[in-house]
Amino acid sequence: MTNFFEATASETALKIKGGEVTTEEYISSLFERIKKVETKIHAFVETTEKAALSKAREIDKNLREGKATGHLCGVGIAVKDNICVEGIRATCSSHMLQDYVPPYNATVIERVVGEGAIVVGKTNMDEFAMGSSTEHSFFGPTRNPWDPERVPGGSSGGSAASVAAREVAIAYGSDTGGSVRCPASFCGVVGLKPTYGTVSRYGLIAYANSLEQIGSIARTVEDCALLLTVMAGHDFRDSTSAKVASKDYRECLKNDVRGLRIGVPKELFAVGTQEVVVKNVWSGIKRLEGLGAACEEISLKSLEYALAAYYVIAMSEASSNLARYDGLRYGYRVKSDKGDWNLVFSQNRRQGFGAEVRRRIMLGTYALSAGYYDKYYLKALQVRTLIKRELEKAFGKFNVLIGPSMPILPFRIGEKLKDPLEMYMCDVDTVPANLAGNPAMSIPCGFQNNLPIGLQIMAPPFREDLLIQTAFTFEQNTSHSKQTPKL
Amino acid sequence: MKATLETKIGLEVHCQLTNLRSKLFCGCSANYRGKEPNTHMCPVCLGLPGSLPVLNSKAIEDAIMIASALGADISSRTLFFRKNYFYPDMPKNFQISQYDQAGGVPIAAGGSVSMGNGKKVRIRRIQIEEDPAKLSYEGTIDSASATLVDYNRAGIALMEIVTEPDLESPNDARLFLQNLRSILEHLGVSDGSLEGSMRCDANISLGEGRRVEIKNISSFKEVERALNFEIARQKSLLDRGAEVKMETRHWDELRRVTVSLRVKEEEHDYRYFPEPDLVPIAVTPELIDKVKANMPELPEMREERFVEEYDLPHEVAQTLTGNKRLADFFEDCVKSYPDAKKIGNWLVSDFLRYLYEAGLDIDESRVTPDHLVKMLQLIDSGVISGKIAKQVLKEMMTTGRLPDSIVEEKGLRRISSRDYIESEVEKIFKELPQAVNDALSDEKAVNYLIGELMRRTSGKCDPTLANEIVSSKLSKLKSKQTAA
Repeated sequence: MTNFFEATASETALKIKGGEVTTEEYISSLFERIKKVETKIHAFVETTEKAALSKAREIDKNLREGKATGHLCGVGIAVKDNICVEGIRATCSSHMLQDYVPPYNATVIERVVGEGAIVVGKTNMDEFAMGSSTEHSFFGPTRNPWDPERVPGGSSGGSAASVAAREVAIAYGSDTGGSVRCPASFCGVVGLKPTYGTVSRYGLIAYANSLEQIGSIARTVEDCALLLTVMAGHDFRDSTSAKVASKDYRECLKNDVRGLRIGVPKELFAVGTQEVVVKNVWSGIKRLEGLGAACEEISLKSLEYALAAYYVIAMSEASSNLARYDGLRYGYRVKSDKGDWNLVFSQNRRQGFGAEVRRRIMLGTYALSAGYYDKYYLKALQVRTLIKRELEKAFGKFNVLIGPSMPILPFRIGEKLKDPLEMYMCDVDTVPANLAGNPAMSIPCGFQNNLPIGLQIMAPPFREDLLIQTAFTFEQNTSHSKQTPKL
Repeated sequence: MKATLETKIGLEVHCQLTNLRSKLFCGCSANYRGKEPNTHMCPVCLGLPGSLPVLNSKAIEDAIMIASALGADISSRTLFFRKNYFYPDMPKNFQISQYDQAGGVPIAAGGSVSMGNGKKVRIRRIQIEEDPAKLSYEGTIDSASATLVDYNRAGIALMEIVTEPDLESPNDARLFLQNLRSILEHLGVSDGSLEGSMRCDANISLGEGRRVEIKNISSFKEVERALNFEIARQKSLLDRGAEVKMETRHWDELRRVTVSLRVKEEEHDYRYFPEPDLVPIAVTPELIDKVKANMPELPEMREERFVEEYDLPHEVAQTLTGNKRLADFFEDCVKSYPDAKKIGNWLVSDFLRYLYEAGLDIDESRVTPDHLVKMLQLIDSGVISGKIAKQVLKEMMTTGRLPDSIVEEKGLRRISSRDYIESEVEKIFKELPQAVNDALSDEKAVNYLIGELMRRTSGKCDPTLANEIVSSKLSKLKSKQTAA
C-alpha cells in the first residue's frame, strides 16, 4: 500500500473526492501506520479502527452516489481525550474517567464530522490537561517522535505526537496555558490556539474555562487553517462563544509579510530560556525581516507576572470544575463504599485523581478560600487585566508579537517530574495569550540535535488571519516543516 | 424568666419560576412533577463533563417582574457566581447562583412587602439560581440507610428572595409568605400550589441569643410550625441559662422537630467566584420597560379596584386579594351573580373557615364558583335560608355536589305550607303555656316561640311565615284577654 499517511489533510480530501484513492484505502493505511509506530510513541489512549473503517466505507458509498462532500471528506482526525465523542470513552487520561463514555458529541466533533472527517482515536494527555509533558497520564507517557526518550510536550502531547509521527494529518488539542503550542513546538508541528470565544467549548471537559480553547494541530499551516475554518463559529450551546461571522481561513494563506510590523517582547526571552532557543527564534524573526517585515524589540513588563497569575486562576477554576467527579453518577468508585457520602466522595477522589491533579485542586481550593481570595484569586485577575491592557497597547503599534513557544528543548522523560515548579516554568511564554484571550500559534523554526524548536506568533483578538499569513510565509520560505522524524 | 424576648426572624425564600417551560440552563422540560425519577435530565443539568450552561433569558424577565413588584432596585449588569460545596443533591458539587460580595451583583436588591397590618418587611436581595436535585430518605434523615437522588428537579430556575430580619413572630412569617405568594401568583411567575415550588430557610434569634438557621422547610405551611418549635427550644435553653449555639438546623417534617446539621465552626466556606461559563448580563432600561409594560395587576392594585368596583369593605378586599385564587374565585362568581358584597362576605367568612378547618388550599376544595353562585340563588329564591346554606356549603366542600341536589336529597327545602306551620304553632302553644304567657307580656319573649318552631322544623321553616303566624296567634290571644 502506498504511503497515503504522508499526505496533508487538504491533499487527502482532494484525492478522495477526485477518486484517486478510496476513503477505505486511506483510513486503512493510517491504521497500518498507527500499528507500526504506536508501540514507540503511545500517542493514543484508544483507537477506533472498526468504527472508522465502517465510516470510511459509508463515505465511499456516498461518493459513488455523488453525495459526499465536505472540506475534510474522508480525512482521519485524532482527538484529544478531553473532547467528547459520543460512544467513545473520554478519559482525560485519568483513572477517574477510565470507563466514562460520553452520551453526546462536542460541537467541534459535530462540525468536523459534518465536513466528512473520521475520528480514528483519542489521544493521550496530561491528566485533565494538567501538565506540560504528557507524563501525568494514568495510561503512561507519550514519547516524542523525534526522540522517544524525550517528552512530546503537553498537555496535548498525544495529539501533537500523532501528527508528527504521521499517524494522522490533523488533530484536535486544547490549550489552557499552552497545551497546543507546547507539544506542537516539541514535536515540530504547527499548533494554533484561537482567540477565546472563536471555537465552541461545548464538549471540552473543562480544566480552566476562562482560559482554554480547542486548537488545531497539523504539519502544515494550510491544514491548520483548514481545521480552524471547520471548527470555528458561534455556538449557542457555549455562552462564551463569540458572535463573529465564520470565514474560510485558507484565504489568509498568502506568502507575503511585506510591511508587517513585528514586536519582540524581551520578557519572552527571560532567564531560563536556552541559548539555542533564543538563537533559532531570532534567526526566524530575521528571516521574516528579510521577507519585508519590520521588527522591533520591546518590553511588556506585566508579562513577568503572567505565569503566577495563570496558575492561580487555572487552579482556582479547576478546583471547582473537578468537584463534580465524586463517583456518585459516573467515574471511579472505591470498591468498599461504606460510610457516609462525605467519606465515600473523599475516597473516590483521593484514589481516582493523580498526584498533580490533587495538587492543583488543593492549591485552587486554597486560593479561593475566605481570607485568601483577595490575596490570590482577585490579585491574579488584576494581573490578567494589566496584561490584557498592555497587549492591547502593544497591538496598537504591532501587527504581531513573536517569541519562543517554549523556553527549552524537549526534555527527557522523568527529568522534571520531581519539581512541579520547574515544570510550570515551561509555560512562561505561552500563558500570556490565554490570560488575554489572544490567538497564538507555534511553528517549527529550527532544530538542535534533531530536536525541534518552535516560534510563537501572537496576534490581536480575532486576527487569526495575521497569524496564518505570517506563519504561512515563514513556512513557505524555510524548510523546517519539511523535516520528518525517523521512526 | 423574662416575659417576652425580642424575636428576630429573617427568611430566605426559594420560589421556582414555574412559568418557565425549560430549566434555567438547559432545554429540559421544567414540568417534572409526577414524572418517573431521573427522566428529565440532560448532559447540562446532570453536569456531565464538557457540558456548558446557557441561560434561559425568560428567567431574567421573571426576575425583573418580581423586583418591580417588590419595589427593588434592578441592577443594570448582573452576573452569576459559583457557590462551591459538596452535597449529593448537586450534580456539579457547585451551584450556579448569584452573590452580593467579591464583585458579585445580584439581579436586584432592596424593596419590601407590605403585610397588610401596616408593617413592611424589607427585602435584602433577589437572585436567580438553579435548584439542586431532590433527595429522598427512607424514613428520616437520621435513620435512613440510603439516600435516593432524583435529578429531574436539578437545574429548575429558582428565585431566592432574602428578607431583612424584620419579622417578629412565626405568625408574621406566615403572613409575609402568604402576601409574597399572592404577589408571585398575580405575576404569574410561580405557582405556589405545586409541591415544593415554594420553600424557605429561616434565620431566627431570641433576645441576646445567637442566630440559628433552619433549613429544609419544604412549604409555607411548615414555616410557622418550624419557627414555633425553634422558639420553644431556644426559650427552654435560655430559661435554663444554657447557651443557644450559632448553628444550622434541619426541619424534620415528620417528627416536627429541628435537628442540628452543623455548628458554626463546621460552616461551609462556599468559595464564591464568578461563573466562567456564563457572561455578565446587561439588563437594559428597554428590557425593564418592556417587562413593566406587560406587568399584570398586583394584589394591592386589585384590592383598590375591588373596593371601588364592587364597593367591598377594605378588609374584605384585602383578604380576597391576599390569595390570588380566592380573588379569582370571587371575580368568577361576580360574573354570574350581581351582589358582589354578598359573595365577598361568604368567601371571607364561611368559605375560608371551612378551608382552614379542612387544611385545604382553594384549588383543593371541591367548591367551584358555580357551586357558590347556585347556593346564593337558592337563598334568594327562598328555597333555603342563610342558616341552611351554611350546612349546604359544608356539604358541597366535602362531596363537590351541586347545592340543589344536596337540598333535595337532605330535605333541606324551606317549609312554606301555612297549614303545616299553623299546626306546629298550635302544638307549641299547647305544650308551652308559660312561654306563651311570657310572650304576651314581653315582646322580646316572642323570639323564644319562633326559635322553638325553627328547632322543631330543623331551621327549614319560612321565617316570614313563622313570624306572621306566631304574631297573629298571639294577638288573637291578647284580644281575647282584653275582651275578658
